Amino acid sequence: MLAYAVKRLLMMIPSLLGITLVSFVVIHLAPGDPTDLATNLNPRATLAAKERLREIYGLDKPLPEQYWNWLVSLAKLDLGRSFAPDRRLVADKIKERLPVTLALNVFSLGIILVITFPLGLAAAVRAGGAFDKTSTVFVFICFAAPSFWLALLGMYFFGVKLGWLPISGMTSLNYERLSSWGKILDLSRHLLMPVVISSLGGLAGLSRYLRSNMLEILRQDYLTTARAKGLAERTVLWKHALRNALIPVITILGLSVPGLVGGSVIMESIYAIPGLGQLFYSAVMSRDYPVIMGGLVIGAVLTLVGNLLADLGYAVADPRVRDSAFK
Amino acid sequence: MTLRALFRFLRGNKLTALGALVVLALFLLSAFASFFSPFDPEKIDVLARLAPPGTDGHVLGTDSLGRDVLSRLIHGSKVSLKVGFVAVGLSTLTGLLLGALAGYHGGLVDGIVMRFCDLMLCFPSMFLILAVIAILEPSIWNVMVVIGLTSWMGVARLARAEIMSLKNRDFVLAARALGASSARVIFVHLLPNAMAPVLVTATLGVAGAILTESSLSFLGLGVQPPTPTWGAMLTEGKDYLSRAWWLSFYPGLAILVTVLSYNILGEGLREALNPHARGELG
Repeated sequence: MLAYAVKRLLMMIPSLLGITLVSFVVIHLAPGDPTDLATNLNPRATLAAKERLREIYGLDKPLPEQYWNWLVSLAKLDLGRSFAPDRRLVADKIKERLPVTLALNVFSLGIILVITFPLGLAAAVRAGGAFDKTSTVFVFICFAAPSFWLALLGMYFFGVKLGWLPISGMTSLNYERLSSWGKILDLSRHLLMPVVISSLGGLAGLSRYLRSNMLEILRQDYLTTARAKGLAERTVLWKHALRNALIPVITILGLSVPGLVGGSVIMESIYAIPGLGQLFYSAVMSRDYPVIMGGLVIGAVLTLVGNLLADLGYAVADPRVRDSAFK
Repeated sequence: MTLRALFRFLRGNKLTALGALVVLALFLLSAFASFFSPFDPEKIDVLARLAPPGTDGHVLGTDSLGRDVLSRLIHGSKVSLKVGFVAVGLSTLTGLLLGALAGYHGGLVDGIVMRFCDLMLCFPSMFLILAVIAILEPSIWNVMVVIGLTSWMGVARLARAEIMSLKNRDFVLAARALGASSARVIFVHLLPNAMAPVLVTATLGVAGAILTESSLSFLGLGVQPPTPTWGAMLTEGKDYLSRAWWLSFYPGLAILVTVLSYNILGEGLREALNPHARGELG
């Protein structure tokens, strides 16, 4: 197991390099640079001041050198300093926001799993039936509904009309004075809507996948064998078939990471949740290059880690993979 | 699949037929937007601002400047369709080209293209798109190009797999023996075989592109005002949520219906083109 994990970790290095290169190229696509914003709009800024600013930010050096310098500091986990007036370390900014986004996405994934399992399996067992059709239409509607629209409707309905849930932020004003249970309750009340709404879009992919996977398995010969030797239909379905249908789900979960992380931009900006997505959005709006680059790299690394976990999970769950991986 | 077989399939699949119908209706609506709109979408009428649905012929009400919501929705469909089709056209072309190159030549070319493909799949596409749009500038062309260039990976994998499975078949070897160039073999003999799955991916891709465009417009990084787009209408309506819910409700509904129709059509096509799911095999 350890050797396999180490091998997979080493295989991530070229991907990481590729990710940094793509991020760097993206940032330097455009003519002009972030100092334009500070100098062109300011009539008192001289050309010399602009040059000095470029020098401070390291933008005066040739591109390969800039990339190399950035890469070297990245190896020391240093993502540079933000261009924002606070000039804080990008790594610090990301560090304080990453847990929020991770928590949101883990909860969303949890909801997706809890809903899709029964949905996908029941739909497959009675394929073509009424339940299959309704649930298919339901997940398709969830997939097609823009999350920002659902978020607005939710804010209006549950927040303004009914007054059940707070409409923005992560904590109430009196958060610090609450007991620990009160804090948990306050947090969950704030996060309930964003988590549920961001999970809706993910229902379709997984439940449809589970359904078609299960349909495929239900055709297999070994199920006929199981029935032929007199096993109860329930055992056949929930033990023999289900186990095989579940394994590939791990991969799908790994693949859904980029979508969830990307979706957090919208959810976090609507609900004013101080996570990675919101940080990235504000960095994009103010052309804060180091933060944008840091966000791109971290976003892609999260995906890599998601895929790694999925591969490891796969190896643990599937005896065929386990045997070849751990030999 | 012949046209008659297609009609027979659509008759048996009411849902797919409905999706196809809505898609067709949307085409007509955006092609003849001015004809179908009851009002000029950009005409400001401050006296009639925030009129609720049904007032004075404004079927879906008016916005904060007194512009007719229905007319703006109809004109907004132009942007959605344009972005959907151009972005998907671009991503399909890129995907086919890269996939064909990788599948046909194999070896080093295949390795490089597929590693690049994996790399692009690592990025949360929303992050990548936002970064590029913010660095270039928000405009309909940039939106289309960026969405297109960040969504070609599925098509590339499809085309590659299809070509790898076909490139050593007799008809391909015969074409090569007759002296056909690699370009001719790829475009005339190989790629047409990959068209069915690519068509399905493209249809679903249009839905995805429309959704992405509306998200960008919602974030203020899409097509810029005063051009009406569904996403931007939603943003404008957001501030009037408790006074005028119709400003945000209808654009969202329009996005939902459009994306849903393309998805249903795509899934229906997938079923129609896959003999397994159609029940003719296995």
